[in-house]
Amino acid sequence: MKYFLQLVLAGLTKGSIYALIALGYTMVYGIIKLINFAHGEIYMIGAFTALIIGGVLQITTGLPPVTILFISLAAAIFFSAGYGVTMENIAYKPLRKAPRLTALISAIGMSLVLQNYVLLAQTSDFLPFRSMIPNFSFLIPGKSLVTTTQLVIMITTVVVMIFLTILIKFTRMGKAMRATSQDKVMAQLVGIDINKVITFTFAIGSATAAIGGVLIANHMGQINFYIGFLAGIKAFVAAVLGGIGSIPGAVLGSFVLGMAESFGAGYISSAYEDAFAFVILIIILIIKPSGLMGRNEIEKV
Amino acid sequence: MLKVDNIHTYYGNIQALKGISLEVNKGEIICLIGANGAGKSTTLMSISGIEPPRSGTVILEGIDITGMPPHKIVTMGMSQVPEGRRIFPQLTVLENLDMGAYLRTDKEEMKRDLEYVFELFPILSQRRHQIGGTLSGGEQQMLAISRALMAKPRILLLDEPSLGLAPLIVQQIFGIIVRINKEQGTTIFLVEQNANMALKIADRGYVLQNGIIVKTDTSSALMADEEVKNAYLGV
Repeated sequence: MKYFLQLVLAGLTKGSIYALIALGYTMVYGIIKLINFAHGEIYMIGAFTALIIGGVLQITTGLPPVTILFISLAAAIFFSAGYGVTMENIAYKPLRKAPRLTALISAIGMSLVLQNYVLLAQTSDFLPFRSMIPNFSFLIPGKSLVTTTQLVIMITTVVVMIFLTILIKFTRMGKAMRATSQDKVMAQLVGIDINKVITFTFAIGSATAAIGGVLIANHMGQINFYIGFLAGIKAFVAAVLGGIGSIPGAVLGSFVLGMAESFGAGYISSAYEDAFAFVILIIILIIKPSGLMGRNEIEKV
Repeated sequence: MLKVDNIHTYYGNIQALKGISLEVNKGEIICLIGANGAGKSTTLMSISGIEPPRSGTVILEGIDITGMPPHKIVTMGMSQVPEGRRIFPQLTVLENLDMGAYLRTDKEEMKRDLEYVFELFPILSQRRHQIGGTLSGGEQQMLAISRALMAKPRILLLDEPSLGLAPLIVQQIFGIIVRINKEQGTTIFLVEQNANMALKIADRGYVLQNGIIVKTDTSSALMADEEVKNAYLGV
């Protein structure tokens, strides 16, 4: 029973991280119908920003770890959002009217550029990331079940989800985002500046990916330039699984994926952990090609 | 009010408009008639800034709006009801109307305008919480017109409001268009394939053929014109 619970909690943790990344994929796809393959790199850059800022602050100041965590998280969000917006400006905006495949190739190129940029600026080795999340004393009795970091990851994800739901349902920008994703031409005709909406979407998607990057770095304890690749692919799978373009779908898909990986690794074989993601993807897409919560495209008459 | 001077618009290398000039005066109802593919919708899209013309100018109330982004043009008092209605399919009727007033901040006035469109189309008031995509074609057209009105335009561009609708609904919608023109003083620029209906309510008309304006006159003169009769009125 305890083993089972451990697997559930590990699955939820994984699912949370996937969800934080998958949101960016699905929001960008919802607005400009682009699979932003460089999105995983934004997550990686978030982790690196936190590593650098956090490291510098740990050495030069005597601030408590929690303060450092918040400062480095804020820096990671800021930098990642900046990278996301810049990427959109130089790699996708000029291709707004080009065929979709062109932008997709540009996205793959962007991914390679960012990976190699971090490889050159840092190193190809794994760098230790000292966890800045302190251990909560009340959790010590249940320590073998769930760590503080896991708990923080899950809580943060829930908070981010609530924040995003409010943003999209009730704010003016959220309404503009929904309108733009449903009909770009009409959105312009009611006076929405769709370039602003697209920039904003990239910024928000990058910010949530950065949060995921910082949290996973604290959890795993080491990072390198390549962590964005697999995490990005997995989150992409999660987004497709849930129905790309759908925000609740991305979250659901992420948790299904996290659980499947956790149970697969726990009960079948940990050697095939990464394969489970794709097995699940294939099974679900055979049964429901538009994803778990995906809408079938409405046929225009 | 609106002056279009010699605009040329292309889709890639294909020229859709080959030098269109037309003028709409304040308070008028003007119609642009023509067959399928003549360039009617392109004309509206060029005016709205969605498909900016490669050459020529569009002047709205004395200001050159050629090449301005579409959302800026909306702020200058021009709204469009596009072809095919383009209701936001997953938003409710109320949310669709709210999107129409996206640029406005005057809450009190907006409430009054909302009441006005519900008075024009009482059915929308009943369906206010229904999802836009589930409305019937006629209701969607009413919603599209209402949404454009929520921006409080001084000039309203309508693209084929009769498309795919039952004759009775078409009658009703054209009646409302005239009413908006009379009550609100909104200038109307109407694009129609249904030349009969359009000429009946318009003051003047333009005839578009293969991207060129081939005729312009008062509605009554156009309705009496032999060529127009044969080609567009089906008499």
